[in-house]
Amino acid sequence: MRQTISKTLELKSIQYRRKILTIIKQANSGHTGGSLSAVDILNVLYNHVMNVSPENFQDANRDRFIQSKGHSVEALYVVLADKGFYPEAELDTLNRYGSHFIGHPTRKVNGIEQNTGALGHGLSIAVGTALAAKKDGRTYRVFTLLGDGELEEGSNWEASMSAAHYGLDNLVVIVDYNGLQITGPVETVTGITNLREKFTAFGYAVREVNGNSIPELMAAFDQLPFEAGKPNLVLAHTTKGKGISFIENQVGWHHHVPTDTEFATAMIELDTAQAAWGASNGIR
Amino acid sequence: MESGKANLEVFAATLLKLAQTDPDILVVTSDSRGSGKLTSFAQALPEQIVEIGIAEQNLVGVSAGLASAGKKVFAVSPACFLTARGLEQIKNDVAYSDNPVKVIGISAGVSYGALGTTHHSLHDLAALQAINNIDIVVPADNFETRMVIETAVSHPRPLYVRFGKAAMPHLHAPDARFEIGKAITLVEGGDVTFIAIGETVARAVQASRRLAEQGIAAGVISMHTLKPLDETAVLHAARHSQAIITVEEHSVYGGLGSTIAALLLQNRVSLPFKIVGIPDEYTITGSQNEIFAHYGITGEGLAVTAQHLLTTPVQVGGVAKSENRVSENYLGD
Repeated sequence: MRQTISKTLELKSIQYRRKILTIIKQANSGHTGGSLSAVDILNVLYNHVMNVSPENFQDANRDRFIQSKGHSVEALYVVLADKGFYPEAELDTLNRYGSHFIGHPTRKVNGIEQNTGALGHGLSIAVGTALAAKKDGRTYRVFTLLGDGELEEGSNWEASMSAAHYGLDNLVVIVDYNGLQITGPVETVTGITNLREKFTAFGYAVREVNGNSIPELMAAFDQLPFEAGKPNLVLAHTTKGKGISFIENQVGWHHHVPTDTEFATAMIELDTAQAAWGASNGIR
Repeated sequence: MESGKANLEVFAATLLKLAQTDPDILVVTSDSRGSGKLTSFAQALPEQIVEIGIAEQNLVGVSAGLASAGKKVFAVSPACFLTARGLEQIKNDVAYSDNPVKVIGISAGVSYGALGTTHHSLHDLAALQAINNIDIVVPADNFETRMVIETAVSHPRPLYVRFGKAAMPHLHAPDARFEIGKAITLVEGGDVTFIAIGETVARAVQASRRLAEQGIAAGVISMHTLKPLDETAVLHAARHSQAIITVEEHSVYGGLGSTIAALLLQNRVSLPFKIVGIPDEYTITGSQNEIFAHYGITGEGLAVTAQHLLTTPVQVGGVAKSENRVSENYLGD
């Protein structure tokens, strides 16, 4: 059963990558590399972990997701469309005049909890929301996705102190640790080294996973809460641009839009990946 | 004028009273419970105070999260830090995301006196006015403070309230009514009208009394709400006065005065006009009272400003005119 879910999600990730590239190509703008690095995390959260759907989105007990690295919004839009929050066709309006689908998460889009885009904001909001759950005796959990470059914002560390101080084991922080930011490798921009030690010292219960591996992500999230009375942190080692050979680990693809040729090549690679997935699952 | 308490004390007492019957009211502080006179609140309702420590960005962000989950959140911190360090969080997490936090700037303006510019907030009204979806209220006295805090609890939108810590005289009649966005006329008078905000209103009332002794009828409006501005009250005052003087404990740029100036001009109203506030310079060292006196924000200083304004020929379009002018095209009220 578990393996079936994992396999289903792997196919979804391929489809999501196809759609991410399609809408970025159509809009002629978007954050390609980060969306491809984060999409497996979103896939597992929305399709396996979180209790949130269009049906319960107004329910006070729903799980919350706040995408602090707002620039990877294309991945979020694609996953929310697949969850049924709005018709997928609406994504054709991405970044167009008058569209709700702007280049960072906005509450005008059904399914989005908070307006983000400026880095270093999501974790504080998530801490407040998780604290409200504790005060109200509710059992919902609050998930937030941070970029690794985003950790250079000091507000994250302010929020981390509060998360530990209030023992928010209903808070789940995921770091999309792809190692690149817009200028270059994170470690050459400003050293954020020893993240596991840093987060542990700040009071988190930390798990490290391959953030592009569906089974590893599922296994990690299935252990929530990692430790009673401690906020949870998933250090998700990812590959920026994951899934497309010439986009992977390329700084220039932070917000590069594929040319016609690049787009065609990427689609072929995803078709190949899907064929391989089918072969390994006995599907032709 | 009968002396009252500090607005800060009235804020704390009002909030404690409200919170005792409403467990959803939370106070969020940044090591500022003492500064905010909230020690009694913390002792009485320890579950309803959230301490963040000295971290104003996080203070505002956490408050936004709490409000998003239905809490009635008062984020309390000195206005100087709250609206500068926490500005992006106010803009994005509170206003843009429409989380109805009550952002409470304590010891605002030059309340901290000789502690200097780091502790003054003379920018906050300008900065917050330019942000969509946050209302701005600066109460003048104990009545306005109590009323805005009582109103704030169920106010459906983000709200910024700022006040000082000096004792304020009672300014209002017993039957006064308070509504966010509705100015209160304290003194009627058609020669000149002071439109003042916050702790400068009492000085404007003092000036009005001095001017009355000289036969000059000076009106006083407490413009407690900067945003949404009571435009009707401003235009009515302009139409029924010979001159307008705005008074604020804020930079002369971007606050009450410049907002009213823009309103008048865009309604084709031209009349003698003066913005009294803190000029664009290194603020003089002193107590709040001394700083006010230095910049003419006293009964005497404002009376002199009014006399000067009423007797100086008006320049309209570069031509001196001896009479005030309200355009025939003016269609206000």
